[in-house]
Amino acid sequence: MNIFDIVQEIEKVDPEVYDRLNPRRAAIKNITSFGSKVAVAALPFALGTMFKRAYGQSSSSVVDVLNYALTLEHLEAAFYTQGLATSNLVPAANSTYLGLIKRDEVAHVKFLQTVISSLNATPVSAATYDFTGGNNKGNGPFKDVFSNYATFLAVAQVFEDTGVRAYKGQAGNLLGNQTVLTAALSIHAVEARHASAIRQLRFNLNQSSTTKPYIVSTASLGNDTGVAAANGNYAGEENVTQGGVNLVTALNVSAAVATASFDEPLTKDQVLALVAGSFIVS
Amino acid sequence: MKTDINPITGNVNMARRSFLRYAGAGVATAAVVGVTACHKDRIVVDPGGSSDIGSGDIGILNYAYALEQLEAAFYTQVVSSPYSGMSSVELTYMTDIRDHEIVHREFFKAALGAKAIMSLTPDFSKIDFGSRQQVLATAKAFEDLGVQAYDGAGYLIKDANYLLIAGKIVSVEARHAALISNLISFGSFVPDDQIDSNGLNKSATIAQVLPTANAFLKTKVTAQAFNYNG
Repeated sequence: MNIFDIVQEIEKVDPEVYDRLNPRRAAIKNITSFGSKVAVAALPFALGTMFKRAYGQSSSSVVDVLNYALTLEHLEAAFYTQGLATSNLVPAANSTYLGLIKRDEVAHVKFLQTVISSLNATPVSAATYDFTGGNNKGNGPFKDVFSNYATFLAVAQVFEDTGVRAYKGQAGNLLGNQTVLTAALSIHAVEARHASAIRQLRFNLNQSSTTKPYIVSTASLGNDTGVAAANGNYAGEENVTQGGVNLVTALNVSAAVATASFDEPLTKDQVLALVAGSFIVS
Repeated sequence: MKTDINPITGNVNMARRSFLRYAGAGVATAAVVGVTACHKDRIVVDPGGSSDIGSGDIGILNYAYALEQLEAAFYTQVVSSPYSGMSSVELTYMTDIRDHEIVHREFFKAALGAKAIMSLTPDFSKIDFGSRQQVLATAKAFEDLGVQAYDGAGYLIKDANYLLIAGKIVSVEARHAALISNLISFGSFVPDDQIDSNGLNKSATIAQVLPTANAFLKTKVTAQAFNYNG
């Protein structure tokens, strides 16, 4: 297909394509002289770069999002796999319950590997993990994660809530991408179901009498787990302003209701800082 | 609501500027189909008792607003007339969910301002609010529907800020969905009717969701720009 045909086709749906490709309207027409100076073989590459600049999303950025998601799914899958394989940790009455979560995390790993491979990219491998959060020393803040069921479930809750925040933080990078965004949102919803389920389990087992299925923050502290080591995982959940609307003042509701009604995102950098060099051995 | 906090100022040009953002040229055909409905934001209020969500991002936000209105009205009634045998923990959960859905509803109402669809009149005549089984089954249907609706409409949103708002809400709806499923049967938080073999929650189109919602609404909601005319 001729490059001018492509641009003209796009112009039919996006009249500002010329502005987008080059801030000076219609300067794209200089492409004639540009093209004559570039080998024909180089055109697809030049075109790809041009559209990437124009629309801010390329297949490589989509793969980055997917591999980041896979990194977190590997972590979760390994966590539940190891926990369920540890004798005398998970009571028999809860093994099916937690087994469902493990099943989903393992399925997410396989799904993301398949999608990434289908995009002709390489899925990231599983890493080495230290679920005490001690970066392979085994002496992190959650030393008894595989010997104390309450600690195991507390870490599970933090992982699930953080996973929800991580997917949410990537949605904008997949804007308008029907296939990949929809899949990411669909995993995001399942992680939220898991987070809710772990929270209910902890409440029902009397491990935490204040834990609700949703994150109930105060005006100043996002973390509602009572585990201070996880403050960073909940940083920002105390936000009560959505789309410029301060829910507490505009709707006259409590910070508890306002914060529980909306989950907040985390950036990739924030999430990796929370897990790399602690849970993911570096 | 205060217009000075209305975050929705997006004029048509701004919406268009962010319209085309995707990875591959193959998606361009989807945009060609969608763009014909994207010329302006329309709010059509039918005097006969139906309401069209409009087009573009405003349409999607109104779609969410419609579903939140339905959920808020439902839980308001659940809390005001608790089913027989509702435990104190269950009452707390129902009250929490009611409060969240009201916040969602009022947030969209404030955010949409003059572009908001009308207040919808629910029709819960088929629900026996005294029956735990019926109330929880309906709650599950509404929560699952909400999750599928947000997940299915996410890609239609052109403004990243609106997409993030939708993302912030859908995970809370998913938390509700898991909670309600667990109240029906503990351990059913990822039920087979909602989760596929890849571990993905199912998603649904606007044309799939609105008929279900309309079954519980006196005011029928349509979405002409999204292929649902009622």
